[in-house]
Amino acid sequence: MSTLAHVFEAAGLATVALGSQRRQIEQTAPPRGLWCDFPLGRPLGKPNDPEFQHRVLHKALGLLDATEPVFAHFDEAIVDDGDEVVACTLPPRHDPSLHPAIDEARGIRQAYDRAVERNGNRVGAQRVVGADQVPEAIESLIKVAEGTEWRRAGIPGIPARVVQDIRGYYETASLGLADHAPGAWSGARWFYDNTEAGQVVLAARQAMADAGVKHPVWFYMAPGDR
Amino acid sequence: MADSDIKAMTSDLETPVFESTSFTTPPPLSEATVAIVTSASLHHPDDDDFAPNDTGYRVLSAGRRDYVLGHWSPNFDTMGFALDYNTVFPIDRLDELASTGTIGAVADEHLSYAGNQFDLSGVRLDSGPAGAAYLKKQGVDVVIFTPV
Repeated sequence: MSTLAHVFEAAGLATVALGSQRRQIEQTAPPRGLWCDFPLGRPLGKPNDPEFQHRVLHKALGLLDATEPVFAHFDEAIVDDGDEVVACTLPPRHDPSLHPAIDEARGIRQAYDRAVERNGNRVGAQRVVGADQVPEAIESLIKVAEGTEWRRAGIPGIPARVVQDIRGYYETASLGLADHAPGAWSGARWFYDNTEAGQVVLAARQAMADAGVKHPVWFYMAPGDR
Repeated sequence: MADSDIKAMTSDLETPVFESTSFTTPPPLSEATVAIVTSASLHHPDDDDFAPNDTGYRVLSAGRRDYVLGHWSPNFDTMGFALDYNTVFPIDRLDELASTGTIGAVADEHLSYAGNQFDLSGVRLDSGPAGAAYLKKQGVDVVIFTPV
């Protein structure tokens, strides 16, 4: 972002760059930079909080009064404690003949549809795998986790992109199951740690790593600290 | 998995250092047309998805609200955007600022790039200047950049 701010400013546009990573925005030093100590993915801080978002914008737009390059920070930090998991109850097993992850994926479909109806489909399945294909995509990852070579498992696209669709499907469904606005990362933690599908993804990722698959192919199937 | 862990993991990524800093003086904010440029790889559903290492940009219409996330990185929270697109792309907030006269106008079109770039030369030399020229042509004066 800060790099683009330099480029746009050189073209005659006045810019203000928000940044969530202090070191990066300080080092790249955009003409007007505002470091906001917010979780990655939430540059305006708080969803569904117009007053807070306006405070961030007010601070940012105020930097346009500066007469030379300026760096500032927003005076309120939002800290992810690393523990919150979106509070939602998964439906009970329905078809014991299915792998638990596939049964689970089918079981949350109504919640997914409900959330899409309410919020729109902003992060859900759609990139390479639609909602109807999520169980099939999970099945391909089960095969990988159980030892099938990843290119022979029927993964319907680049593994990281397929997993994004599965994760997006689950995180969107969680919004249909929860009755609160989840904190940052609480959906990702819920998916990877609390769902059958998340466990399948991590197992498939580990199997690919153990098999010597090229790092970028498996690494981006989960956040980098996993 | 915590935000601080991801930030620590990515804080040492090489970032460009600019020897000089351009500086443009904007018109008074109450007369300025304001656009958003985000690195969240947002696009409309009927646009091309972002490819890996895609250095291009997509045009986001202010007249639509069907923004979807096309980013390739798993290393950020997506639930905030899922709940409220203003968490990343504060278009409703800009509309409100325009309605009160705080800003002159909201641009009709905004831009989105893919932030997950390791080689920034294409953005610096090609799609960046092209995006800036695109917004200049629309009469934009001020740009707010939002990351993910």
